[in-house]
Amino acid sequence: MAYGIITNARKVFAQNQLANGAKQDLVALDDASFEFEQGEIVSLLGPSGCGKTTLLRIIAGLLPRTSGEVSIGGKKIDGPYEDYGFIFQSPGLMPWRTVIDNVLFPMDILKTNDAKAKARAMDLLHLVGLKGFEKTRPHQLSGGMQQRVSLCRALIHKPKLLLMDEPFGALDELTRMEMNDLLLSIRKETKAAVLFVTHSISEAIYLADKVLVFSKRPARIALSMTIHLGTTRSHLTRFSNEFMQAERRASEALGIVKPEFQVNS
Amino acid sequence: MKGTSLERIFYPLLGLVLVVSLWQLVCILWKMPTAVLPTPLDVAFAIQKNWVTLFIEGWITLKASLCGFALALILGIPLAVGVALFPRLNLMFYPILIALQSVPKVALAPILLVWLGIGIESKLAIAWLVAFFPIIVDTSAGLQSTPKELLELARSLRSSRWQTFIMVQFPAALPFIVTGAKVAVTLAVIGAVIGEFVGSSEGLGFLLLSATSQINTALAFASLFALSIMGMLAYLLVVFVEKLLSPWLPPDNHNH
Repeated sequence: MAYGIITNARKVFAQNQLANGAKQDLVALDDASFEFEQGEIVSLLGPSGCGKTTLLRIIAGLLPRTSGEVSIGGKKIDGPYEDYGFIFQSPGLMPWRTVIDNVLFPMDILKTNDAKAKARAMDLLHLVGLKGFEKTRPHQLSGGMQQRVSLCRALIHKPKLLLMDEPFGALDELTRMEMNDLLLSIRKETKAAVLFVTHSISEAIYLADKVLVFSKRPARIALSMTIHLGTTRSHLTRFSNEFMQAERRASEALGIVKPEFQVNS
Repeated sequence: MKGTSLERIFYPLLGLVLVVSLWQLVCILWKMPTAVLPTPLDVAFAIQKNWVTLFIEGWITLKASLCGFALALILGIPLAVGVALFPRLNLMFYPILIALQSVPKVALAPILLVWLGIGIESKLAIAWLVAFFPIIVDTSAGLQSTPKELLELARSLRSSRWQTFIMVQFPAALPFIVTGAKVAVTLAVIGAVIGEFVGSSEGLGFLLLSATSQINTALAFASLFALSIMGMLAYLLVVFVEKLLSPWLPPDNHNH
């Protein structure tokens, strides 16, 4: 059985319609179903505000779903659970904590902040290239460095799943590419499954074993595409035929490129 | 701020000298009687002659202001926490607090005097009353503007309400609380002086009032001078506590 199974997940927000005063519901997510394995990276790609973040928060148990089923590691999900680390678009670091204490924040909440946790925090900071910054305050770091700290914080309690909500969306292109490579190396290290929400087509493909393309609201999975780029990727991969084909298919599914204009198919 | 450190000392001093000279010049040119506008020199002499009195009366006013301010913190912060964290308490009391805030607190001074009599109690009560509202408003605003992702992060870790409050919401609200406290401490001094105006036989407010009734305007100016020094000291005290509490704030956040 797959590690994560999402079956017909659906989310409807009750909303007021101003024109006639009557209530009209907003379907944010319409019957999303997919599966993923341990250690797999799945990109959730779609236009802004299409409901992919809603899906991620449903999987995190942070948002109740209207209908459907979510099962992670064989357990039905109906609220937050300890097996995942969540990474937000903004780093969300606490300015009153030093870098290492930010990384250790989950351990404080879980009441397991001991010497072993501290050693692990040091290892993680080393892994993301922030050795020597333990005692630094977040506001002294660049945006990319802050997001690295946030990555360490999400990994500190050894989650089997990383839920990432457009984590590199606010970074510049070059920093983002660096962070992509960092994420790939972390995946090798931790063997955690990753669900990665993004609206960048090339980022979605570069990272993923599988890309789910979402349509505009109400979000439906328009395309599920397996990426055959192997496990070791470099930015040279971006120029391969395989990569460009995947980009084209994703663009078609998003409606950016119309299939009928294809020259060779 | 720009300029070298020498310039930053020199220009404010130059400004001060200019203003004081202008003051002196006005007194000389228009032949102002001392009872209407004493010269800066008259005021300086009055300060020098009465500095023991100014110090003793100033201490009395400062004590009342700081006690009122402390009481406002002790009562205001827990109340704001209750209102900010418990929606039912918020619905019950927040409208009342807002309505009370629009009451001119100074106008309550005579009533408080009737209740509490002449003495430190009525002064302290007025100082407390004017300092209380900025603390309540800023504290609850701070507690309600915790970054959303921090709250979600805590929730994703199944943090208890208490853990979220102690480890996330309260520290995140601290800069707001300090901002409120800065406003409150200055208001507390004003409150104490008003208490002394309305009914008191000691303190700088009383000294000022009795000096003007004896047409000793130079002494009134001297009391005013002492009051502003006192207000600044009280403010600096809060700034000092702020630096102590939150070394993590970037410098430009210290006065937002």
